[in-house]
Amino acid sequence: MSTFWSLWIIVLTLTNLALLLWVLLANRKVAVRDDEDPENRTTGHVYDGIEEYDNPLPRWWFKMFIATFIFAGVYLILYPGLGSFPGVLGWTQEKELRGHQQQAQARFSEQFGEYAKTPIEELARDPQAMKMGLRLFANNCAVCHGSDGGGNWGFPNLTDDAWQWGGSPERIKQTLVQGRKAAMPAWSASLGEQGIAEVTEYVQSMGDREHDAELVSAGEQKFMRNCAACHGADGTGNINLGAPNLTDDVWLYGGEPSDIRQTLRVGRNGVMPAQGELLKDDRIHILAAYVYSLSLNYDEQE
Amino acid sequence: MTNKSKQTEQEQDTGIRYVNLYEADEKVYMRRITGFYQKLRRYTGMPLLAAYLLMPWLVIDGRPAMLFDLPERRFHVLWLSFGPQDGMFLAWLLIIAAFMLFTVTVLVGRVWCGFTCPQTVWTQMFIWAEFLCEGDRNKRMKLDARPWGPEKVARKGAKHGIWLLIALVTALTFVGYFVPIRDLLVGLATIDVHPAAAFWVFFFTAATYMNAGFLREQVCKYMCPYARFQSVMYDKDTLTVFYNYVRGEPRGPRKPTDDPKEKGLGDCIDCSWCVQVCPVDIDIRDGLQAECIDCGLCVDACNQVMDRMDYPRGLISFTTEDAIEKGHTKVFRPRLLGYGAVLLVMLSVFAYALSARLPVGLDVLRDRGMRMYRISGPDVENVYTLKINNKDRDTHIYDLSVSGDYPFELEGYRPLPVNEGEVLTLPVRVVVPREALDTVKTSVTLRVEARENPEIYTEHTTTFIGPALRDQ
Repeated sequence: MSTFWSLWIIVLTLTNLALLLWVLLANRKVAVRDDEDPENRTTGHVYDGIEEYDNPLPRWWFKMFIATFIFAGVYLILYPGLGSFPGVLGWTQEKELRGHQQQAQARFSEQFGEYAKTPIEELARDPQAMKMGLRLFANNCAVCHGSDGGGNWGFPNLTDDAWQWGGSPERIKQTLVQGRKAAMPAWSASLGEQGIAEVTEYVQSMGDREHDAELVSAGEQKFMRNCAACHGADGTGNINLGAPNLTDDVWLYGGEPSDIRQTLRVGRNGVMPAQGELLKDDRIHILAAYVYSLSLNYDEQE
Repeated sequence: MTNKSKQTEQEQDTGIRYVNLYEADEKVYMRRITGFYQKLRRYTGMPLLAAYLLMPWLVIDGRPAMLFDLPERRFHVLWLSFGPQDGMFLAWLLIIAAFMLFTVTVLVGRVWCGFTCPQTVWTQMFIWAEFLCEGDRNKRMKLDARPWGPEKVARKGAKHGIWLLIALVTALTFVGYFVPIRDLLVGLATIDVHPAAAFWVFFFTAATYMNAGFLREQVCKYMCPYARFQSVMYDKDTLTVFYNYVRGEPRGPRKPTDDPKEKGLGDCIDCSWCVQVCPVDIDIRDGLQAECIDCGLCVDACNQVMDRMDYPRGLISFTTEDAIEKGHTKVFRPRLLGYGAVLLVMLSVFAYALSARLPVGLDVLRDRGMRMYRISGPDVENVYTLKINNKDRDTHIYDLSVSGDYPFELEGYRPLPVNEGEVLTLPVRVVVPREALDTVKTSVTLRVEARENPEIYTEHTTTFIGPALRDQ
């Protein structure tokens, strides 16, 4: 706030207060004509034959009004109100917020600390921890993975047994803390449309799906040369590289031959953002337990 | 404003005086009175006072019978517990209370004010302390006029001591409705109590002391909203305190042996007892006034005087304007019947709603995902977010079931325990084989039921959306 506006506010505030006080004090006395009966003076308003008395107001009203001025003065000294004058107490909204945050932190850290010591497998069966997990997941993960963790096109399903980066508690936690970057290169330049069609048919045959038998053997050679390094010779993937299993029914970008061809043509770059900085360890521990629990069988949980 | 303040009160030449616009209220010195209405006031106020004082101590189902738990946002009232979503009940309760007030006011005037209002009850207690320590009206006036001395200090000190004690008990009880009172007292005794609780105890002590000690009738005159509009509900058949001017006027003093007819006087002997006992300091003989709270003390006072004079009672009495003017009162009038009918309807609906209140609430939100549905292998999935609200007093685990026109199944539902007053938000998938679904949009009904108690259940119907039909 510039000095001018600061002064502007100060002058306005104090002038208004002074004017109000003056109005109050200047009207403390009313003129009464000598010939009027002081007991039964009326305002002169008549309605339906009902007249309005002009009785004095109670003194405590006046005193309360004065008290509000005193309050205003004390407030303006203690708290920010006069332009850029910060007030004697040094109160600010930010400080108030920090205080509340610290209180909340202190309240929750106890419980978080308790959970942080618990192994993830055990935590996944703790209903109280799972309630926290539910809320954390809804706030931080559901946008991509769906509120049920069932995933979306391009975002993995967390409730099944297929894990692109590994489904052990430690791996899940690592995924959450560090994030993951999957890199499926684009093959249209090196394989050409014919090569892509052949590899697609081979991938189809690996999962025992419908395929064109004539193209498979050519596809196999190309697969071994180009794809097996990441997806493995048997096509079951590699969790260290985030290479998905190509032999199951789980497809991140669609499992129709046309989808697979498109994936081969343009490549795919899945990104799981790192949450370590954002959520801190305590929350991530609970979240990892929750994600781990998603693929468990719930009937066993009780 | 220059020298007006230095002006004298009197300006001889203009014939205009300046008087203060604000005036200190004259202190009301109430005369002690006994009689039918004074007894009635005592016996209507006492049960309410006892209920107020004892309620926080009462324990039902191992919890305070009355506890307004603000941090948890739960109101525990006797056998019921209310959460934030039951705000309607509170609103209706207040509306019903208002209509009760209307009905009673039309019928018998401001008896709430005179007999049962906390303002009246506490003022009565404080005045009792006044009588006890300082004596009756004349003694108190003399005491106030006297300079300070040992006796005055002792009497005044005792009075204020009793006042503060009553105020403290009141405040502790009041805060006891918001904090379990046993914890509160133990906490205060061991200086280990939440500062907020301590502050409110102090605040309500001060407020009670100020209010019942010093403000008293001014609350009724200047602050109370009911006082403003209750007098508007009167009609000519409302039972209220009247001075029978036909019988009383012309008033004047006389000896008990005098025959008033000879002297040309009415029955009023102008002793001003009715004014001296009045808690709001009005003269009822001026007719009905806005300040009158229908407490009947002037009726008691006047009846005593009439008895002494050997005149018939009832010069001041509870009666109606019509009774004085026409000699008969019409009790059943449209306004009263209307209020009564509305009140009855509302009460019965309220009672029904209270008894039909489901102990569990279920809200179902369709998921705001990227798509309306998800294809998962041979199945179509819809994801919903459930909000299960346990309004019961126990922790429950709820089982979920689904029904509809197609073979729907549930996936991913997690039966977690829901504590009292908790709202559990959790996702669930409803799954149907793609082959079985021959429509784009249909309804599914989700039903939660407490595992231990099948009577606690509720249902919610929502839409299920599938893929657009392929050409058959």
